[in-house]
Amino acid sequence: MSSLAAAPATDLLAVLQARFPAAVARPSVDHPAFNLPMAEVPAALLLLRDEHGYDLLIDVTAVDWDVEARPRFSVVWHLLSSTAHGYVRLVADCVSDAEPTAPSVVSLWAGANWHERETFDLMGIQFTDHPDLRRILMWDGYPFHPLRKDFPLAGIETPLPDLEVADLTKASVLPAPMMGGPFVASSGEMNLTEAEPRAKDESWNERSAKPAVL
Amino acid sequence: MPTDYAFPDSAAKTANAIEAPEFQTEKMSLSMGPSHPSTHGVLRLQLELDGEIVTGCDPVLGYLHRGDEKIAENMTYNQFVPYTDRLDYLAPLANNVAYACAVERLAKLEVPERCQAIRVICSEMARVSAHLLGLGAYGIDVGAWAIFLYTFTEREKLYKLFEELTGARFTTSYTRIGGVARDVPEGWVEKVDAFCDQFLPILENILNLLTRNKIFIDRTQGVGVISKADALAYGLTGPNLRGSGVPLDLRKDKPYSGYERYEFDVAIGAHGDCFDRYMVRGEEMRQSVRIIKQAIKSFPKGDWYAKDAVRIFAPRKDKVLTSMEELINNFMITTEGPQMPAGEVYFEAEVPKGALGFFIVSKGGGVPYRMKIRSPSFCNLSILPKVCQGNLVSDVVSILGSLDFVMGECDR
Repeated sequence: MSSLAAAPATDLLAVLQARFPAAVARPSVDHPAFNLPMAEVPAALLLLRDEHGYDLLIDVTAVDWDVEARPRFSVVWHLLSSTAHGYVRLVADCVSDAEPTAPSVVSLWAGANWHERETFDLMGIQFTDHPDLRRILMWDGYPFHPLRKDFPLAGIETPLPDLEVADLTKASVLPAPMMGGPFVASSGEMNLTEAEPRAKDESWNERSAKPAVL
Repeated sequence: MPTDYAFPDSAAKTANAIEAPEFQTEKMSLSMGPSHPSTHGVLRLQLELDGEIVTGCDPVLGYLHRGDEKIAENMTYNQFVPYTDRLDYLAPLANNVAYACAVERLAKLEVPERCQAIRVICSEMARVSAHLLGLGAYGIDVGAWAIFLYTFTEREKLYKLFEELTGARFTTSYTRIGGVARDVPEGWVEKVDAFCDQFLPILENILNLLTRNKIFIDRTQGVGVISKADALAYGLTGPNLRGSGVPLDLRKDKPYSGYERYEFDVAIGAHGDCFDRYMVRGEEMRQSVRIIKQAIKSFPKGDWYAKDAVRIFAPRKDKVLTSMEELINNFMITTEGPQMPAGEVYFEAEVPKGALGFFIVSKGGGVPYRMKIRSPSFCNLSILPKVCQGNLVSDVVSILGSLDFVMGECDR
């Protein structure tokens, strides 16, 4: 690590743009944040780690910008410098909306392994060159990615993980009953009937039937 | 038998030497957990064993996954406060504070000094309480039952204080965005002070039972060594990172909630083994008491909520019943949630287990668009496959206890 001081946002932008002309600053409430093309992320992370002291990969996650949004998925990396104590956020949009992929950074930080497995599990982002991309929180063979916006809060009826048990008991994993809320009113709604607080996700409640398989 | 890893301690080395080639048979697969006393909850380790030596370890998580992030996207910022209790349920107050600080960053709210001091006292009491439990459970794991009884006696005193402050022993839900639920009760601060005074000598007694205990040292020293480079590569935080000699403490390095006003030392380990992590936690309790004492000594007068928080806090009940504007305000906050500006914010606080982070993506309105919870236990556990390799099965128990994780937070 040559320079250990966490550079301020503008300097970091200049540093990134010198190597990656496509890098742009991203609006952020707190830490320096940058948008990058997906393919350049590993090289940019390596640059930040080895030449600017951002040695801790704090978090890898993804955001689903809605079913209709184009691009639909963005992957977010947070780095922290253990010596200069600054954070930096890198964001890259997934090229494909149907089969979102991102490059794995397990070769840079071993700790990225579980973060990427979690992002794959809950958001369905495929990390290329990941050594062991399995589900981590949901069980192996679970068919959905629950943090996607088209997945209902209540859940979807799914076979039990153990098919032998499922055969024997004829049971399955059922959606949660949503009649107890959480209740939120839509803001700015002037129609009193519509403004009444109700479950934000109405994929299954007393007004509409249980969702079938997506 | 050629292996690609070094045996970290002498016991494992001896066990390996005894296993002469003529006794070598096939490897055994052993499922440890999810219901196992030393996995502290519902963690399952899929171990691959060569006799008594662990040659592979695959942690299986998710038994306590409740979809907290999905739930957060479907309720208002205020409604989510009780869910933060259930992350690290051994230090709910510290989680409450972390969440409140994260949303306040988004709302650009500054809380007054009294509120900050209350939050610091709460966080540090939660730290002492969590470390006491961690220490007690660790004692049981490695065969020192008595520790548990002493630490739980002290913890009970803390729980009485929590109950007096928040009305609940366990699920406190004490902080609000822009303040805390209510001011400290009369005489409570003095009681905390008195607790600290009597706690320090007892803490020394408890630690003395372990620090020079031959059995405890044999089971922890040189076991589960995590190098500085590994600790950083795996994103370890909190006492586990500091046990490996990296002096990163967010209270010191990225001060929030007025931590910069207090004097305290950051303890670090030299070897990165289980014993060092135990020593770091022991010292952290002393430092926590030191912080609490300072916060009480300079306990500021004034408000315990931010003046700008009127758009977030539900108004006072007597005002709601008598004034039209407050009634409307109360209705809007309850139904639509506190209105937040659009933006992206990431905030981490130093909770007992490490750095608990909230990444909030807001599109405006009363409900977060996306909330990612970065849990320290999840990251701390990701090093298990590496650190368990080459150890004895009984050392796995020792390593698990020294990492001091909570599955409620790991699985979310």
